[in-house]
Amino acid sequence: MAVELSFSKEIANMMYATHGNPITNCLQCGTCSGTCPAAEFMDHTPRVMIGMIGADLKDEVLASNTYWTCASCYHCTVRCPAGIDIADMMYALKRYSMWKSRYKEDLIGPDFSEGFVKMIVNSGKSFEPILATTYLPKFSASQLVQEALTATGLVLKGKMPLLPKKIKRLKNFQRMVKRIIPLGGSS
Amino acid sequence: MKQYAYYPGCSLESLAKDYQLSTKEVARALDLELKEIEDWNCCGATAYFPVDEMLAYTLVARNLAIAEKTGLTDFVAPCSACFKNAYYTNAYLKKDPDLAEHINFALEEDHLHVDGKLNVRHLIEVILEDVGLEEIKTKAVHPLKGLRVAPYYGCQLLRPRKDHENVENPRFFEELLSAIGAEPLEYSSKARCCGASLIITNRRAALEMVRILLKDAIDHEADVIATTCPMCNVNLEVYQNQVNQEFGTQYSIPVMYFTQLMGMALNIPSRRLGITKEPVPKAQVPVPS
Repeated sequence: MAVELSFSKEIANMMYATHGNPITNCLQCGTCSGTCPAAEFMDHTPRVMIGMIGADLKDEVLASNTYWTCASCYHCTVRCPAGIDIADMMYALKRYSMWKSRYKEDLIGPDFSEGFVKMIVNSGKSFEPILATTYLPKFSASQLVQEALTATGLVLKGKMPLLPKKIKRLKNFQRMVKRIIPLGGSS
Repeated sequence: MKQYAYYPGCSLESLAKDYQLSTKEVARALDLELKEIEDWNCCGATAYFPVDEMLAYTLVARNLAIAEKTGLTDFVAPCSACFKNAYYTNAYLKKDPDLAEHINFALEEDHLHVDGKLNVRHLIEVILEDVGLEEIKTKAVHPLKGLRVAPYYGCQLLRPRKDHENVENPRFFEELLSAIGAEPLEYSSKARCCGASLIITNRRAALEMVRILLKDAIDHEADVIATTCPMCNVNLEVYQNQVNQEFGTQYSIPVMYFTQLMGMALNIPSRRLGITKEPVPKAQVPVPS
């Protein structure tokens, strides 16, 4: 008989492949929150996030911007006295929210990641101007102006590529990708 | 001359062309032969893991497999994010036969196979360990006397911890800068995050993170900030104007790749290093009376 997993167990399972200790080892000491350079921009600090997962507060976790505000700098991971790979936990939460298609509306991170993946699958390489189309629609007018000025500066300095690059064995590459995730022609 | 399987990564073909130029020049001057691997693909950066972990590993594994096929033992990446992805994927492949089997099934489509047998190294490690400080000192015929440099390590070069190395207060960047005659300065945020891709996904947060780094370096009277990663370099250099707009500051400090500074010390002409404006020690600039 199948047992329905609790939210905390689901997240624990998603972290099975990471190499740190399980999040149930958390002491709630707050070293991660004190270390995190982005904590002040998070709805919940990393320490609170771990507590919320343990308490099975699924809806609250999925409505939080915390893991999409993680820059993956791994400072929390190397300092955690309980040996938890907290940065990888943030990645696991990003994957969970992408998988469930549930995240805070105004976030750019999910579209950015999805656009990045599509771009790589289509060309094998990353290319800034194509990537920009995934996040520019969410920018405010003043942000767009700033971004345009920055991009123009880069083009003038010869730093912004004008033509996308592609790898040579793209067909093999795409078949390789399909062996990992069947994309069903959505690429 | 020692040969290396060289993986430049996407940034070095676009935003970090100056890193590519200076890397090649410095490698030549130090007798390191960087052989670029054929038909490499994007490593996935930090944007791939939020979508699918297995696919993220597979992308990196393809590059490792291409490098393994060359018979070379060392895989070298100048970008810290590429380096981190390659280092861990290589280590996991070696440790986890199930993961390796799954990935090799996918790699068959491109007639490739990966074992995880490479030594994955960042360019700065190769220069420090295989060339060494003494040799660098000897070859630095134009030492950067009086130039106060803020060594910026960033994140992915150091973290997560690979072995037992010092991730809280590393010294190797300072040692390299001293070897080329520069003055490495002590400041506390040398390994604090630059915000990376948050510059796109959460601009306000990233600009604040960049502001803190710029302020710390400038407060300690740095003439220039030195980096080992294209992402750090772009955030610290290109976004200075946006930081100034957002916070009303007037920061203006050059940001250079460590290879550009090394190239200057090795007496390589600036234009071959992608340097448009050489940093001058502030101490040497006469104060208007």
